Amino acid sequence: MRRPVFAAFGTACVLLLQGCAGWQSALDPKGPAASELAWLIWFFTGLCALIWLLVMIALAAPLAMRSRTRSDPLVLDPGAEHRKARAVWTALGATTVILIGLTLLSFFANRTLAAIGSDAELTIRVTGHQWWWEVRYEDAQPSRILTTANEIHIPAGEPVRFIVTSTDVIHSFWVPTLAGKLDLIPGHENVLDLKADKPGVYRGQCAEFCGQQHANMSTLIVAEPRPVFDAWLNDQLRSAVAPVSAEASAGAALFLDRACVMCHKIGGTVAGGTVAPDLTHIASRQTLAAGTLTMSRGNLAAWIADPQGIKPGAHMPVVDLNGDELNAIVAYLEGLK
Amino acid sequence: MKQRPAADLSGLPTYGVGPRSPTWWGTLGFMALEGTGFAIAAGAYLYLAQSWPQWPLGAPRPNHWPGTIVTLLLIVSLVPNHMLNRYAEQCAIMPVRIGLVVMSLLGIAPLVVRWFEFPALNIYWDTNAYGSMLWVLLGLHTTHLITDVGDTIVLTVLMFTRHGNSGRRFGDVGDNVFYWDFVVATWIPIYLLIYWTPRLG
Amino acid sequence: MSSSDLTSERGLARQATPKGDLAPERDGPRDTGLDDATLHRWLERTWRTKPGIIGALSSVDHKVVARRYLVTAFVFLCLGGLNAVAMRIQLSGPQRGLIGPDLYNQLFTMHGVTMMFLFAVPIVQATGIYLVPLMVGTRNIAFPRLNAFSYWIYVSGGIFAWASFALSMAPDVGWFAYVPLSGPEFGPGKRADVWAQMITYTEVSSLAVAVATIVTVFKQRAPGMSLDKIPLYVWAMLVTSFVVVFAMPAVMITSTFLILDRLVGTHIFNPAEGGDALLFQHLFWFFGHPEVYIIFLPATGMVSSIIPAFARRPVFGHLGLVLSLIAVGFLSFGLWVHHMFATGLPKLGASFFTASSMMIAIPNGLQIFCWLATMWDGRPVIRTPLLFVFGFVFTFVIGGLTGVMVASVPLDLQVHDTYFVVAHFHYVLIGGSVFPLLGAAYFWLPKLTGRMMSERLGRWHFWMAFIGFNAAFFPMHLVGLWGMPRRVYTYPAELGWGNINLFITAGAAVFFLSFVLFTFNMLHGALRGAPAGNNPWDAGTLEWATTSPPPSYNFARIPVVTHAEPLWAEREALPVATGLRVDARELVISTVAEARPDIREKSATPSIWPLFAAIAVGATFLYSIFTPWAVVWGALPIAITLIGWFWPKGDPEDEE
Repeated sequence: MRRPVFAAFGTACVLLLQGCAGWQSALDPKGPAASELAWLIWFFTGLCALIWLLVMIALAAPLAMRSRTRSDPLVLDPGAEHRKARAVWTALGATTVILIGLTLLSFFANRTLAAIGSDAELTIRVTGHQWWWEVRYEDAQPSRILTTANEIHIPAGEPVRFIVTSTDVIHSFWVPTLAGKLDLIPGHENVLDLKADKPGVYRGQCAEFCGQQHANMSTLIVAEPRPVFDAWLNDQLRSAVAPVSAEASAGAALFLDRACVMCHKIGGTVAGGTVAPDLTHIASRQTLAAGTLTMSRGNLAAWIADPQGIKPGAHMPVVDLNGDELNAIVAYLEGLK
Repeated sequence: MKQRPAADLSGLPTYGVGPRSPTWWGTLGFMALEGTGFAIAAGAYLYLAQSWPQWPLGAPRPNHWPGTIVTLLLIVSLVPNHMLNRYAEQCAIMPVRIGLVVMSLLGIAPLVVRWFEFPALNIYWDTNAYGSMLWVLLGLHTTHLITDVGDTIVLTVLMFTRHGNSGRRFGDVGDNVFYWDFVVATWIPIYLLIYWTPRLG
Repeated sequence: MSSSDLTSERGLARQATPKGDLAPERDGPRDTGLDDATLHRWLERTWRTKPGIIGALSSVDHKVVARRYLVTAFVFLCLGGLNAVAMRIQLSGPQRGLIGPDLYNQLFTMHGVTMMFLFAVPIVQATGIYLVPLMVGTRNIAFPRLNAFSYWIYVSGGIFAWASFALSMAPDVGWFAYVPLSGPEFGPGKRADVWAQMITYTEVSSLAVAVATIVTVFKQRAPGMSLDKIPLYVWAMLVTSFVVVFAMPAVMITSTFLILDRLVGTHIFNPAEGGDALLFQHLFWFFGHPEVYIIFLPATGMVSSIIPAFARRPVFGHLGLVLSLIAVGFLSFGLWVHHMFATGLPKLGASFFTASSMMIAIPNGLQIFCWLATMWDGRPVIRTPLLFVFGFVFTFVIGGLTGVMVASVPLDLQVHDTYFVVAHFHYVLIGGSVFPLLGAAYFWLPKLTGRMMSERLGRWHFWMAFIGFNAAFFPMHLVGLWGMPRRVYTYPAELGWGNINLFITAGAAVFFLSFVLFTFNMLHGALRGAPAGNNPWDAGTLEWATTSPPPSYNFARIPVVTHAEPLWAEREALPVATGLRVDARELVISTVAEARPDIREKSATPSIWPLFAAIAVGATFLYSIFTPWAVVWGALPIAITLIGWFWPKGDPEDEE
C-alpha cells in the first residue's frame, strides 16, 4: 500500500522537475557537457538531501525526549557527554570523507568536460555587446569568415569550440541544455567547447549582469545535420540578395540614406557599420533584437518604429520615418533571407 | 542579584603604557587594517605587473633619488623616535617636548622631499595603469605621512600646555612613536616596489 | 582560580607612586563600602547621558549608541524589504510592465547594498556594541567616542544612499558593481560613484566598531574571565571583528580605485591601458566572501547563547566551537575565487578553490553537531528564541549544502548567476543570520526594554516567517536550474517560469507580513509587555546579572568571573570587585589572556565632537564624488574636529 504511494509521489516529483523545466533547463541536457553536469547536479542533490534529512532527525530527536528534571544546569552526566563526543567526532569524520569525495568527483567531472572539445573542427568567436551577440565563424581562408549575430548554427553531433570575449562590459555565454556558462570579459579570451547530440534549437541567455537590457540578451543555438549546416554556412557567406519589389528597392535606398547605415552592415551594399548586428541575412534568423521578438513582418516594423519601447535603453535609436518609409524598409529587410 | 566583594582593585595604577594600555591595542588594530590596505594595493600592482608581459608598459624608469632620500630620512628618524619613546616611559617632560619638536621636523622634512617624488615618477597617473598604480601607492603612503605628521605636531603643542604632564599624555606619546614606526615600516616595501621592481624587468 | 589571586602581588606592588615629572594622581571617592543606593547615585551622576538634545547627541554610552544603530538598521531592513517586494511584484508573471529596467536595476542594487552594508553588517555589529561590554562585565566599550562617531558616519552613509535613490540617482550596477559596467565608459552619471562612496562610509564605520570590539574583548574583560571563560557570543564577535579588520580594507581599496578611475582618469581597471577588469573581481571578492562570514559568525554566537538557556546546560564542545569560529574566520579568506569560476580561470587554480570551499564546511559542520549534541539531554524548553534556532538549523543546513554544490567548479557553471544561487545565499543569509537575529531579538530585547515580548505572537511570527521564507526561496532553486538568470527585470512567457514565480511572490508576501507582525510584537512588548526582571530565561552569562534595562554604568560593581556560565556557578551571590572611583568614569583594564586586573583606567566622557567630525568626514566623502579637491578642502574641518575630539578638557577622565 505504502510503496506505490511513494513511487507515485517520486514519479510526480521527477515529472514536475523535468516537465515544467521548459526550454532552457539545465536538467534537460541535450549534449555531453550538460549531461555530465545534470548527472552531477542530481548526485549532489541526492546526497545533500540525505545529509539534511539526517541532521533534521538529530534536530527533532530531543523533542521526543522527556523534559529534564535536574535543576542545576551545570551538573552533567559524564557517560552521556562521552557518548556525545563520540557521535560528534563520527559525524565530523563522515563530513570530511564526504567532502573529499565530492571534491574528487568535481575534479574528475572537470576533466570530462575538458575532453569534450579536444578535436573540435569548427571555431566560433562570440563577442558580447550591450545587448547582442556578435558571432564570427573562423576560417583559414579570409573569404570564408562569416560574421553574423545572435543566432548560432552548429553541426549536430560534433564538438564546436567557442572563443568568447567582449568589447564593452562583461557578459556570460550560457546555453544550459548544452553546457555551463563562461564569461565574456574585455581584454580576455575564454574557450568553451560544446556539442549538441541531436539537431534542434537550444536557447541561451546572457548570465552576467550587463546593464539595462541584460534580461533581453538571448541567443539561439541551431544544431543541424552536417550537410544542412554546410549549406547554411555557404548561403550565409553570400552577399545580401538584391531587393525584388519596388517597395523593397525604395527601402534599400532609405536604409542607405538614413541612420541605419551608420551602425549596421549589409553585405554587398555600402552599409558597413559594425557596432550593431550584421543584417545581411537578417530574415533568415528566427528572432529579432537578441531574442526579444520573434521574426515577423509586424515585429520588424514594431522594432524599427519603437526600439526604446520594446527594449528600453537599447542602443538602437528611433529613426524618424513615416508610415510608407517604415513599410519600405521592412519590405527590404524581410527579403534579406 | 546579591553580591559579595571578592577582590579589591583600589591599589591598581591609573594608566599603563605599551601592550598594557587599550590605546596601544587600538593603534595596533588600525595598523593592521591599514597595513592590509597597503598589502592589497601592492598586491594589485603585482597582479597587473604579472598580467602584462610588457610591464611597465614602455614607461621610462622612475628617478629613484627623491625616494631614496625620503627613505634615508625616515630611517634616520627612527633613532630620535625611540629616544622619545624612552623619555615618555620615564615621564620626563622636557626631553619629551624636545623629542616631539625634533620628530615634527623630521616628519616635515620627508614630506617636503615627497613633493619632488611625484614628478620623479616620470609618468602621470592617467597615462596608463602602471602610472596609475605608482601614483596610488605613493599617494596612499603620503596620506599616512601627512596624517601622522599632523598628529605629531598637535601632540607637540599639547605637551607644551598644562595638560601635558599626565600619564595619559605620556602614553599618547608612546603610541605616536609606535605609529611612526609603522609609517616608516610600510614605506620600505612600497619604495622597493615603486623604484626597484621596474628596474628588475 | 580563587578570587584572591586576582589582585596579584605584582599588581599591588605597582601602587601609583609619581614617577618622573608626572603630576601626582588626584584621587576621588571609591565604591568600597558604599551602600547600594549611594553607589547608584554616584555612578548614575558620573555615567549618565546628559539630558537635552546636546546631551543626546554627545552620548558615548555603548547602549545608547547600540540602540540607535539597531533602530536605524531595522529601518534599512524594512526599506530593503520593500525593494524586494517591488521586485517580486514585477517578476510575479512574465513580461510584466510595472517596473522598467532602469528602476528595476536600481531596486536590486539598492536591495543588495542596503541589506549587506546598511542592515546586516551594522545590525550584527550593533548587537555586539550592546552585548559585548555587558557580557564581558565592563562599563563601556573601548574608545566610546570612536563608537559614537562610527554610528554618525553609518547613518550619514545610509541617508546618502537612500537620498540618491529618491532622486533616481541610485547605483544600478549591482551590489558588486563590476567594472567595466560601473567604470567611466559604461557607467555615466554619478550612480556608480554613489555606490563607491557609500561603501567608504559604511566601511569606515564597521572598521572603527571592529577595532573597538577587539580592544573591549582583549582588555576590558571582568577580572577572572580568562580565555576559556569568554562567552561564545563574545568569541564570535571577536573573530568577526578580526575578519572585518582584514577584509574591509580590500573593498575600500576597490571602491577607491573605482572612484579614481571614474574621477581622475586612472586606468587601474581599464584593459586598454594596462589595467584589468578581473582585478576588480579579485579585490571585491577578497572582501565579499569574508563578508558573508562577518554576517554569519555573530549569528552562530547568538545560537550558542540561546541554546544553553533553553537546553538548561552549558553548550557541548565549548572549545570545539571556539576553534571552529577561528577556523572559519581564517578559511573565509581562502575561497573568494569560487565567485569567479565562470570567468575562465586556469583549471588547476579553480580546483584548489573547490577544495578550500569544501573545507570550510568542516568547521561549520562541527558547530552544527555541537549544538545538536547540546540539545540531546532531554526535551528543551520551547520558547520563541529556540523556535528560531530550530528554523535556523533547518534552513541554514540547506544553504550550507547548496554551498557545497556551488563550491564544485563544474556544477557552479550551471548554477552561477541563476536563481539557484539567489536561493542559496538567501538560505545562508536569512536562514543563517536573520533567523538567529530574530531569535536573539526575542531573547535579548527584554534586556533592552525591561519587558517581555508576547510568546503567542512570537509563535505566530515564527511560523509565518518560516513558511513564508521557504515558500519564497525554495522554489528559486528549481527555477534557477530551469535556466532563469539573476538580475533580469522580465522574462518571456514561453520559458515556463511564470507559475513558479507567482508562487514565489506569494511566499515573499507572507514573509514580508511576518515582519509586520514582528514590528507590532516588538512595540507592544516594549510598551505593554510583562516586566522581564534581571534574568527572565535563567541564563548564565553576565548580561543577565544587571537590571533590565541596565543602568548607564552597566554594573554597580564589576563582577569577578569564576566560570564560563558565571550566574549558574554563583547562584548565592555574585563575586564582585571593589575599589573603583565613583566620581570619574573608571573601569578595569585587564591582561589579555588571563584577565588579571591591571589598570583602573578612565573611559572617555560624552562629547559632541564625534558628531562634528562625522559631519566633516561625511561632507568630504559626499563632495568627493564630484571633485578630487574635496579631500584637500575637507582636510581642514576634519583636522579641527579631530583636535576638538582629542584635546583634553580638564575632566579627571582626560588627565590620568
